Amino acid sequence: MTILLFFPIVGSITKKDPMLKKRDDFEDMLEERRNSSDLRYALKCYTPVLYKGLTPCKVSELKQMVLQSDQLGYVITQVSKEKGVTSDEVTGEAAAILEEMAQRLQLSTVRFFAFTLSKVFKTLFRSICINEEGLQRLQQAIHNHPVVLLPSHRSYMDFLLMSYILYTYDLALPVIAAGMDFMGMKVVGEMLRMSGAFFIRRSFGGDKLYWAVFSEYVKIMLKNGYAPVEFFLEGTRSRTAKSLTPKLGLLNIVMDPFLKGEVFDISLVPVSISYERTLEEALYARELLGVPKPKESTSGLFKARKILSEDYGSIHVYFGQPVSVRSLAESRVNRSQFNLIPRHIPTRPSEEILSFVNDSAYRLVRAQEENMVLKPWVLLAFVLLQKQAAEEKQGTALDELTEQAVWLRDLSRQYGAFLHWPDHIPPSEVVSSSLSLHRGLVRISEGRVQLALEQETRGAITPEEELLNKAVVILSCASYRNQALNVFIRPALLASAIHTAASNRKQEIYNSFSFLRNMFSNEFILCPGATVQDFEEACYLLVKTGTLQINQQEVLITERGHRTLAFLTSVLDPFLQGYQVREMHTQRHSVVFNTNGLTEKQFIPAVRKFIIKHLLTGSLLKCRLRYTEVLSSDLQKNALAALIRLGAVQKIKGYVGFTHLHVHVGLIG
Amino acid sequence: MSGFSDNIMRLSGRMLSQYPAQRDWDGKLTMAPHPGIIPTFSIVTLSDNVPEQEIMKWNGWGYSDSKFLYNKKGQAEFTGKRYRLSGMIIPGLREWMESTFSANLQHKTPAAPILNSSAVQPPTLNEAFLKELKSTGIPFSHDAEDRVFRSHGHCLHEIFALREGKIGRVPDLVVWPNCHNDVVKIVELACKHNVCLIPYGGGTSVSSALECPPEETRSIVSLDTSQMNRILWIDEKNLTAHVEAGIVGQDLERLLNESGYCTGHEPDSMEFSSLGGWVATRASGMKKNIYGNIEDLVVHIKMVTPRGVIEKSCQGPRMSTGPDVHHFIMGSEGTLGVVTEVTMKIRPMPEYQKYGSVVFPNFEMGVACLREVARQRCAPASIRLMDNEQFKFGHALKPQVSSIFTSFLDGLKKFYITKFKGFDPNRLCVATLLFEGDREKVLQHEKQVYDIAAKFGGLAAGEDNGQRGYMLTFVIAYLRDLGMDYYVIGESFETSMPWDRVLDICRNVKARIVRECKDKGVQFPPLSTCRVTQTYDAGACVYFYFAFNYRGLSDPVHVYEQVEHAAREEILANGGSLSHHHGVGKLRKEWMRESISSVGMGMLKSVKDYVDPNNIFGNRNLL
Repeated sequence: MTILLFFPIVGSITKKDPMLKKRDDFEDMLEERRNSSDLRYALKCYTPVLYKGLTPCKVSELKQMVLQSDQLGYVITQVSKEKGVTSDEVTGEAAAILEEMAQRLQLSTVRFFAFTLSKVFKTLFRSICINEEGLQRLQQAIHNHPVVLLPSHRSYMDFLLMSYILYTYDLALPVIAAGMDFMGMKVVGEMLRMSGAFFIRRSFGGDKLYWAVFSEYVKIMLKNGYAPVEFFLEGTRSRTAKSLTPKLGLLNIVMDPFLKGEVFDISLVPVSISYERTLEEALYARELLGVPKPKESTSGLFKARKILSEDYGSIHVYFGQPVSVRSLAESRVNRSQFNLIPRHIPTRPSEEILSFVNDSAYRLVRAQEENMVLKPWVLLAFVLLQKQAAEEKQGTALDELTEQAVWLRDLSRQYGAFLHWPDHIPPSEVVSSSLSLHRGLVRISEGRVQLALEQETRGAITPEEELLNKAVVILSCASYRNQALNVFIRPALLASAIHTAASNRKQEIYNSFSFLRNMFSNEFILCPGATVQDFEEACYLLVKTGTLQINQQEVLITERGHRTLAFLTSVLDPFLQGYQVREMHTQRHSVVFNTNGLTEKQFIPAVRKFIIKHLLTGSLLKCRLRYTEVLSSDLQKNALAALIRLGAVQKIKGYVGFTHLHVHVGLIG
Repeated sequence: MSGFSDNIMRLSGRMLSQYPAQRDWDGKLTMAPHPGIIPTFSIVTLSDNVPEQEIMKWNGWGYSDSKFLYNKKGQAEFTGKRYRLSGMIIPGLREWMESTFSANLQHKTPAAPILNSSAVQPPTLNEAFLKELKSTGIPFSHDAEDRVFRSHGHCLHEIFALREGKIGRVPDLVVWPNCHNDVVKIVELACKHNVCLIPYGGGTSVSSALECPPEETRSIVSLDTSQMNRILWIDEKNLTAHVEAGIVGQDLERLLNESGYCTGHEPDSMEFSSLGGWVATRASGMKKNIYGNIEDLVVHIKMVTPRGVIEKSCQGPRMSTGPDVHHFIMGSEGTLGVVTEVTMKIRPMPEYQKYGSVVFPNFEMGVACLREVARQRCAPASIRLMDNEQFKFGHALKPQVSSIFTSFLDGLKKFYITKFKGFDPNRLCVATLLFEGDREKVLQHEKQVYDIAAKFGGLAAGEDNGQRGYMLTFVIAYLRDLGMDYYVIGESFETSMPWDRVLDICRNVKARIVRECKDKGVQFPPLSTCRVTQTYDAGACVYFYFAFNYRGLSDPVHVYEQVEHAAREEILANGGSLSHHHGVGKLRKEWMRESISSVGMGMLKSVKDYVDPNNIFGNRNLL
């Protein structure tokens, strides 16, 4: 099969220029909070527009509806037969699950939060900017169809912030799927419950009853238009600021009522929340380095009080265009497949449905990514990390940093980034004010800037601790750089493909592109099966910006294209190295332990140890480890998943073993 | 039932006195059982060849003398003498039309008044066939009017084109066989001379079944069965009647009534549709709950095919002789042959008939009630549930009330339902009921149904409302012609589905229609409404009505067709059937394979190939 048949001459692609992407303007919602009474605001008249088909019902009625639903009834009968207990007992069990799960949304709690959060937000943030047009669209959507809110997840703040915004703008308050870990915090857990959170266990694998209660609960709230349903597609907070591969369970559940004809349509609203400075910045980095995540506890939250004294810049919240499930499914899903089985009998979704939900999920995460606001600091993080990797010990001159940032600003804009770079201010000022907001991560001395790797230390520390301390800064910084990776990922894959391909023949470059893309599909949001589109997109961008010329057969680099290509190639470098290390480690182990292998859980720490050893002792490997980032457990997990997926590593009953050696090692040279 | 609602029933019952001719005080029938039609019209003389077309509109529904119009005062009026509504002023119709469609009496789109014969293509005649046909003495005609009249059914696009004077491919010849043997001769000649035959009954098709395939190059002969309209015998011992298939519904009922019998088969088109057409399309009647659908009513069928005559050797009530060959005939839509004679079940005329109606707070409750009625298998002869829009529409069609007293009562009822019972006038909906049988049982049955209704919040709303609901059935087709005079086009279509999907399909299809209209550039919100018209053990039949004001559209019929297409897709995606009783014709052919599977198509195809290898019955319906 020749791929060339699939894409025409790249120049003729009628893709919309990402630079022309129309985005709404922002309004700062904190401004009014600073100028008027918080108390009056918290007690204001709240009369949101509701779903036109709503039959109002109380929280308790909702539970009754779930317990009396045909869906749950079916599963209860099934479970009672299987376990040999009476259906009353199973019903009791279901009621208990529901009790544990259910939200108890009440306005007074929301008002309480509205008051306190106003105080907190005003202290922490300079501004909270919202696209009000997006809110108008959301209001319309809520009126017309059941709505699912899909915010990005970078902070604990996210869901409180969402409800806060919706309350402020007089929009229907959502019910929010939250992980059970919150429930550990007694008071806060209940408070969250009363502000609309419902709690789900992190894993309930084969528990049919739990699944039935949970899915029916969500569906009933959604179908009846009780409230918008909110959940995080990524499943958990992204510690790296890269979007996580979407989880499909809940999306599957909320799409089901449409697919089965129970509602005319459902609106999915992606929401992009971008923090100029993440509250959990260093916390995430430590977590990625293996300091285990502290269990959520109320007292822990209060310890976070010191956070309150810092400046976290601004937050941008962009409510994206509502996506109609109906239009997503049009000419994709044959809905009549549900005609022959009563709809209350749970069935495993078909391959067709699974792939549809998966593609939709990727689309929605991309929609989130596209509307994430990038601050100048994100671009500075790119430059500083690259310099650090190049081991420029004395740092970068401010002028040079500014020049590079401006160059990157223009490039990223051409690629469609949603960059908030204040053009009316001289670039040097933009740079210095960004640096000052993130002063914890950078050191400026004598007009030169570098990452603040040499932290003051109290007492003697081991080399290993020192390394980890450095890594914390680097990973923190990387989490900002990562915010813009989605802008560059496709061109970067193409640049690396050009770099590694043996010739400039288009077919060959496409093959390396496809290999790299496949390898990194756990790392970045790359929709399965969209290799050709991604390749086209990358080609389009690089041709448009004058980096490449592409004719029928060949891909040629232009004179001025080299700088861009060099930059783009370097974007992927830390990841390539991470995957390479992983592979070497696995290979080594298969030699050392022979057939025994390692369990998956042992694997990450083992790899970490291996890397630390090599970072400390210098180059044991053929190529040097330049990137401290490879210590990130996220990278390692993704790499392992990729190796397993590519068949280089096999998982046998929880053990990991190396199967065959043939991987494109040449790519990474 | 509360005392209040009981009162209302009795009060509204007394209002019937407006129509003393229809019914005596105990409700005993004195006339034909269906409400709309006063059967004084005698069928066309059988001796000459002047068919019904002279008293029928050539480019609209029904009788030439009956139509809606706006009189000089701008009031809506229904002309003629045939219907209960005839000669009456309908005060609410104008406002309803103006507000529902944003229609305006200033903006007229009149139809071409007479058929321009020169627009009709000259006939392609098969001379050899014609010569032999002449020798048989069977009447025929190639007059343009005769041919055009039989070239269409009543799909919107067909009528719209006629109103604009546009004529497409029409039959080249019309023949009027007088009996079974005439048909045998015609079919033989058609086979011999390779002529395409299209059977024509009442011409009420709404599936493009009568359209001549434009690609047909042979001479097309329309075989009009209207002269085969006799009841050949009535067998009172077995309660069957042997009838020629060209007989029209209302004539069949009237003639049987004269002997004290009826078939009870009353499709909405029964004024014009024929027995043969019912068989060929698997028709369904309003009162199927008592009498059954056509497949339950038929005992014996005789059909002439190119292979010869097919019929069973006896009239046993049920047989185990392989797949029932009747089921190849029923629903064959004129693709296999001509049904000439049918033996049907008959019943003694019902002693007593009573209409009724129930108001529900919303459509959901109404459907739940119908479902319960079906579960208890106590459905009256007819039970139909109109949604809110249709309830309003029905209201708009109320004729001018003659006395202050009745209008006062109407006001009182409205007050009671909306204010006292708290029904939202924009959500409530109405079920219409028809009970039939002996008096005692009807009253008992009535109570049972009203008791069930009460459990679903239903309030009895009187006989009058019920009766008017059924009357609407007969005049609604006339209303489309009125709409078409003022830029409003529309149509109805039906489906059937399991009970658990009724609400979902109603909601989704109505919403889909609205959305498609918007997407296709329709400037005004459409009327998109439905009603549940039949109940079964395992499901129901639902009718959708859809109409819109097409001002500002360059190709309104195309837009209409796109929307109807989308609506059908929606029905199928939600688990509804391709058709409950209208049939497939050419309009819904594209969905046949997915409806009955490839193997199913193969089965039907092989029957067609065997019975009619040269495609003499070439209307190209169904497959």
